[in-house]
Amino acid sequence: MPKISRKTIMIVLLYVGVVAITPLFSKAPFYRHVLIMVGMYGLLGVAWNIMGGYTGLYSFGQSAFFGIGAYTSTMMLVKGGFSPWIGMLCGGILAAIVAAGMAYPTSRLRGPYFTIASQAFARTFQILMTNWDYVEGAIGIPLPLMPDTWRFMQFKDKIPYHIIIFSLLGIAILVCYYIERSRTGYYFRAIRDSEQVASALGINTVRQRIIATMLSAFFTAIAGTFYSQYVLYIDPESVTHHALSVEIVMVAAVGGAGTIWGPVLGAAILMPISQYARAALGGAGRGIDLIIYGVIIMVIALVRPTGILGFFQRERTIEGEGGDDIGTTVTADTGADDAVRGSLGQQ
Amino acid sequence: MRFGGLLANNDVTFDIYPGEIVGLIGPNGAGKTTLFNCISGFLRPTAGTVLFKGENITGLKPHQICHRGLARTFQITQPLRDMTVLENVMVGTFCRYPLTSQARAKAIEILKMTGMWAKRHQKGSELTIPDRKRLEIARALGTEPDLLILDEAMAGLNPAEIHEAVELVKTIQAQGITLFIIEHVMEAIMPIADRIVVLDAGRLIAEGPPSEIVHNERVIEAYLGEGRHVKRKEHTS
Repeated sequence: MPKISRKTIMIVLLYVGVVAITPLFSKAPFYRHVLIMVGMYGLLGVAWNIMGGYTGLYSFGQSAFFGIGAYTSTMMLVKGGFSPWIGMLCGGILAAIVAAGMAYPTSRLRGPYFTIASQAFARTFQILMTNWDYVEGAIGIPLPLMPDTWRFMQFKDKIPYHIIIFSLLGIAILVCYYIERSRTGYYFRAIRDSEQVASALGINTVRQRIIATMLSAFFTAIAGTFYSQYVLYIDPESVTHHALSVEIVMVAAVGGAGTIWGPVLGAAILMPISQYARAALGGAGRGIDLIIYGVIIMVIALVRPTGILGFFQRERTIEGEGGDDIGTTVTADTGADDAVRGSLGQQ
Repeated sequence: MRFGGLLANNDVTFDIYPGEIVGLIGPNGAGKTTLFNCISGFLRPTAGTVLFKGENITGLKPHQICHRGLARTFQITQPLRDMTVLENVMVGTFCRYPLTSQARAKAIEILKMTGMWAKRHQKGSELTIPDRKRLEIARALGTEPDLLILDEAMAGLNPAEIHEAVELVKTIQAQGITLFIIEHVMEAIMPIADRIVVLDAGRLIAEGPPSEIVHNERVIEAYLGEGRHVKRKEHTS
């Protein structure tokens, strides 16, 4: 394990602090609901990022994994009385298995072709769920009301949901943090840049693509379980809809794909806009948030194609910070390099 | 190797012995890169076998071949654009060293040997052509090959850069790595190669030490055309 730097500890403390303080600004349930949505879409964006940001697999089929998570835990609760915590784990594992089944036959597809395949996969899944009687088809499933307990992940108050979703998000971020620094992360990024080079350098690209897809599906499904426990009603329209896949991609792309904090930032910007626009305009506003998304994305694509995070950080790569491992003399000239590149990056 | 009606390599048989530098030359379209792709697993030959260290590696996947100790570079350089030079080489060294710290240490060693150390924090996309060629070699070396095959590592370089590249090839050979090199720059390959293999229109037309190859009539014919060949004969007689 890499040694834990002071910077890492600072980031963890800052994260816990922000998560703990933000719900206290207002007692309004809607405000707290928006925060929870930030956490949930942050988690979905981070999960997408493992595939799309690092590995270059631009999936538009995340709604299928989300749906698997939501349906697995719900069915286990409704039919078997299992705790959603167990359902969450099972949903994640099931989604990962399905993801492997999706990733293997599509392993030769690149770029937009993979995107189309992932979308077809998710749409097929939605049709399947809409017509499958065992899961109540298009009628959907209301979750049975349970006492306000951690065991059944049902609460009258929003704070426990807040704690749960941001803990899950924190775990996902830690996993990404670890992936970025490990061989797996390097392999993912190599595949994103060139699969040909990656395979020439001894990387089993098919296996790495499957791993990325499985990890992404696992976390997406976990968010799906969380959603079903939070809303307490699921149907194919709400948990497997194509618009969800698009929103997930937007969160990551707007914030900054391929970075750890980009998707979280994207969620923190887009969710309040989307939620407040929807609330302010009521049913008539169903499309307004999407129009606003569109405008924001156009602006970002023009100004900073790598995402909003690009505004706050100068061009940086993981090894760029690694001066301390190499030696003191090197550290000095690393700093100089960074300064030069920093100033170039500003132009 | 056959592509539809085109026989890109036909009945090509030769050996490479440990520690050698073998050059592969031939006119454009002779099938040199196809041959490389067959050896390194990017193409599966329609007939024939590739033996490496006594093992039949025909039809294995590129990554499997790499793990067996055969690494290649690409004619059209492909730096991993969003990764730094150091990270590029680390992708190679991870092949033998799963831990990041070890992979980094090995990559640093290779960067120093190949003269890319000063540029370790540049991104792949920011490199000049000579540096890209060098990075191709450094990255392939990261996989610790026994046999390194270079596809036109010197094309497009100026004389000073070619000199540096030749020095690098010699350094690599000195480490006990066998080299198989496609090269158009004759001044570069002739002095360093132990043997030369010549392809023309998919067939192996000559094989031997450079001194013999430059006087081989079939080779001269392939390169200069028959008319020139006849003229040259008249000239010498």
